Amino acid sequence: MLRASLTSFAKGARTALAAFALLGLAAVLVPSDVRAQSINPTASAVTEEQLLQALQPGGEIAGRVSIPDQKATGLIKPGGQDWRAFHQGTMLWITAIALLGMLAIVVAFYAVRGKITIDSGMSGLKILRFNSFERFVHWLTAGSFLILALTGLNLVLGRYVLIPLFGPEAFAAATQWGKYAHNYLAWPFMAGLVFMLAVWIKDNIPDRTDVAWLKAGGGLLKKGVHPDAKKFNAGQKGIFWSVILGGAALSVTGVLLLFPYLAGGYADWQLVQIIHGIVAAVLVAIMVGHIYIGSVGMQGAFDAMGSGEVDFNWAKEHHSLWAEEARRKQGGASAGTPGARPAPQPAE
Amino acid sequence: MARMKFLCDADRCIECNACVTACKNEHEVPWGINRRRVVTINDGTPGERSISMACMHCTDAPCAAVCPVDCFYTTVDAVVLHSKDLCIGCGYCFYACPFGAPQYPRVGNFGSRGKMDKCTYCAGGPEADVTMAEYEKYGANRLAEGKLPICAEMCSTKALLAGDGEIIAEIYRERVVTRGYGSGAWGWQTAYKETVAI
Repeated sequence: MLRASLTSFAKGARTALAAFALLGLAAVLVPSDVRAQSINPTASAVTEEQLLQALQPGGEIAGRVSIPDQKATGLIKPGGQDWRAFHQGTMLWITAIALLGMLAIVVAFYAVRGKITIDSGMSGLKILRFNSFERFVHWLTAGSFLILALTGLNLVLGRYVLIPLFGPEAFAAATQWGKYAHNYLAWPFMAGLVFMLAVWIKDNIPDRTDVAWLKAGGGLLKKGVHPDAKKFNAGQKGIFWSVILGGAALSVTGVLLLFPYLAGGYADWQLVQIIHGIVAAVLVAIMVGHIYIGSVGMQGAFDAMGSGEVDFNWAKEHHSLWAEEARRKQGGASAGTPGARPAPQPAE
Repeated sequence: MARMKFLCDADRCIECNACVTACKNEHEVPWGINRRRVVTINDGTPGERSISMACMHCTDAPCAAVCPVDCFYTTVDAVVLHSKDLCIGCGYCFYACPFGAPQYPRVGNFGSRGKMDKCTYCAGGPEADVTMAEYEKYGANRLAEGKLPICAEMCSTKALLAGDGEIIAEIYRERVVTRGYGSGAWGWQTAYKETVAI
């Protein structure tokens, strides 16, 4: 019994020994690099290099965080540097060129053409061009736009122009107020856009008179040239549609910037900010031209948005078709009775 | 002067989040703000790696470039700091930062983000060093006391390294050579335009 069990033990031990020997042999025979790989804990690990290479534009390397703030899951988003490059390069130049370029054009225009006067002189007869609601809508939009434009330009250019003048503390305090003004005056501006669209769209549909007006250069370049125009000429229609479409683009992007989590992720915010900045720069340039021609650039033009009543001769020269119609509608007064002031009535 | 940097050795980080907690405690960081966080990539798979991330104190920092009130400055130790007195909370630095470092005390509708807060490399702010005014706005100024950032100092696996860039790069390089692998100096290419050559 004992012998039998000893024999079986010896047998088992021999088998086991043989097995160990085989294993050892196998281990020696297996090339060392294969062995190293089998214990390499990083074989299937992510590397930053791979992830950065696989990244799409606007993408981010993200994972999981155990803190409750799920917005913290992004690890690296190199797109931030592209936005920085755009914002400090292209955006800065577009803004500076749009603003200074348009100012230069306006000054040059004034130097060459001078103030556009009423060729036939003031008639003394006034006709109503914009009623009080139209003027309210204009100034609501214009006033808020002016503040929005100045505070917006301040964000892009102020650092370079105003900090050297006023110092960092005063500039930061003013810019803080500018930010609040920008955020809150956006709403009256948007309301103004809606009213403006409702009040003036019917007079701003492009038609045949616009083609002739544009062919004649609007009569802007030569004294005594006055192409026909209705209530709004082609240039004013251009202003109207720039304000409506540009304003709409600014409104949509602006609201998304105010409520960032409506816009999506950080790449969307960057895109939205870029659109907002470019459209704003272009609209500022257009408005510089508009403000010029509506004030110092043309005799009698400011009255339209000031008192609302324009000189009849001004109206005849710049809005011939509308002037006739308006005089008929407003009735009574005729060009032959200087000094007569028709009772203010709605223009339409 | 040293060029201070962070380096997180992802092959050592065990996602314990002690750096996150230590940071919050050291600086009394308000609820909702995390100057440092641990992100796990490919979580749950055999190749997962965790990286502790905060402001990397970039060379030519994007935040400083885009700030409309120019509130950022770089210290002699190359630490990127900012002035909360000047900050207007516009959020531009957040758009530009590749690491999601800028934090805002309020969740941002109507520009009501509040003053930006971020990792200071435990180096305080523009106020006089180690004063109450500095502590209230920016937290502790360990660097002024001759100490390194608390997150790296207490990291149990020494995954998170802080200190002079050359020195911590050498430590990392030595580790990678010794153990034979490394998933990279996370963020270095983006922040410093260089990586640790092995």
